[in-house]
Amino acid sequence: MSDPLIWLILLPLFWTTLAFLFGPARGAWLAITGAAAQLALAVALALKVGADRTAHHHPVGGWDAPLGIDLTADGLSAALLLLTQCVALPLFIYAHRYFRAGDPTGRYFWPLAGFLLAGMNALFASADLFNLYVTLELVGLAAVGLVAAEGGTRQLAAALRYLFATLVGSGLYLLGVALLYGAYGTVSSAMLTALVSDAAPRLVWIAAALMVVGLMVKTALFPFHFWLPPAHGGAPAPVSALLSALVVKASFYLLLRLWLGPFAALLPSFAGFIATCGAMAIFWGSWRAIRAERIKALIAWSTVAQLGYLFLIFPLFTAPAALAAGLTQVFAHGLAKAGFFAAAGVFIKTTGQDTVAGLAGAASRRPLTLFAWGLSGMTLMGLPPSAGFLAKWQLIELALDRGLWPIVYVVLAGGLMTAVYVFRVLRQAFLPATATAPHHKVPRTLEWMAFVLSAASVLIGLRAIELVALAGVIA
Amino acid sequence: MMSSGLLYALVGLALFAFGLAGVVLIGHLLRRILAFNLMGSGAFLVLVGLAQRNDLPDPLPQAMVLTGIVVSVAATALALALVRRLQALTGKPELPEAEDE
Repeated sequence: MSDPLIWLILLPLFWTTLAFLFGPARGAWLAITGAAAQLALAVALALKVGADRTAHHHPVGGWDAPLGIDLTADGLSAALLLLTQCVALPLFIYAHRYFRAGDPTGRYFWPLAGFLLAGMNALFASADLFNLYVTLELVGLAAVGLVAAEGGTRQLAAALRYLFATLVGSGLYLLGVALLYGAYGTVSSAMLTALVSDAAPRLVWIAAALMVVGLMVKTALFPFHFWLPPAHGGAPAPVSALLSALVVKASFYLLLRLWLGPFAALLPSFAGFIATCGAMAIFWGSWRAIRAERIKALIAWSTVAQLGYLFLIFPLFTAPAALAAGLTQVFAHGLAKAGFFAAAGVFIKTTGQDTVAGLAGAASRRPLTLFAWGLSGMTLMGLPPSAGFLAKWQLIELALDRGLWPIVYVVLAGGLMTAVYVFRVLRQAFLPATATAPHHKVPRTLEWMAFVLSAASVLIGLRAIELVALAGVIA
Repeated sequence: MMSSGLLYALVGLALFAFGLAGVVLIGHLLRRILAFNLMGSGAFLVLVGLAQRNDLPDPLPQAMVLTGIVVSVAATALALALVRRLQALTGKPELPEAEDE
């Protein structure tokens, strides 16, 4: 009864069903209460895993694997569960004020967001490759629903592109799982880790390649990023924030799991390829963000770029610190990107339009939101003392240690390019507003939630030691 | 002599490849959804086929495939709903040209 792991999955399923029955008004309160309880559970779980220094297991219904489903939370899972709830709670409070009564997206937001959270939490707690496939699909379907919820042609087209990309990605992953099962007769992550070596038959290499490419499609790594900007840039601000901050991290987490577990012996041969894609993502994503006309398109392209950093850790994986660098970047980007989209939502509601050019005068009208934008920008650029700074610092240190100079240049150049698009918005916001520019009222809660998320992305840099310690507890 | 399990797996791989090509290349959305289903069926056939040892079926992948079918039915239903709505709005069962973001 008192196991936090199982409740992290059951609780969102419970409130999301009620939210579906009771409608958006009461659904919002159910969701906020549920997310607050989940945050408490995730904190309890992280503290427990951090104190025990071992992974936490829960066989569902008392049935052990291979017959039953074994849920496992080690340090990496616990950290990501914590991040998910930390981002979800402020965003739910934000979304409650963001959607006006009668807004079609508001009607579907709460049930879909609940299924999304249940899927994410189940994914982070899963310990076998097939279960991970099912949870990955749950997350993907809920995310597609959220993109389509507004119901316009543009959103539907973006949702369908996203749906086909995510289905191809998980199809490739599933075929890989099928080949692995054919070779070894198990899908348990722990058992496969013991079985797979670099002398594995060619079938296993093909399986590994299929699974890696499938997950790259789902994480929108360059050159498979085509679906992300329309999907994340076209959805309403709270949806974009959930998708950019959390959903893409789910498939990255899975790739990390494979890397640390079953494919530890195989994947180093893919490291150079993956890191090159990551570097290209940083340059191309930043360039498109610099050129973007709409604010949300700018942020979506920035996500493409920031995801690139996550993949730079793979050639450095001989050192355990690479995992800490990756985890810090996941936290930094998750919180900062949620803050970015929340701030963009306030700007769009204020000016009634979604262009960077329309931001003139925002500095005097929405100073708090602009401050939030600046704080998030700090994290993404990697200025001290933010979490983004720590992540990039660790990356550079590791790369210097290994003599991998290109990574150092990519990280530094990426930081500069990030500065260009962050300051582009700041500069525009400080220009004087034209007299005719519209100026709508916005609830203060929206501004404060954007600020909370952005401030957290900076402050987490001061508490990163606990995070890094948690990353050391690997099942 | 090829075992029946291996034969199933090879046919499954071929179906998967056809389906994947269809999802990537076909513009008509209904046909694209059918192609996705072909792809899924191919993966399921590989899963069940490869797992047969000495032509004895293995129950675990069969349970997995059942779960997988549920997932792919859900995905198909979602895709069909989105396509219907898109066709109602634009009159065409195809994706509009990608606008440059």
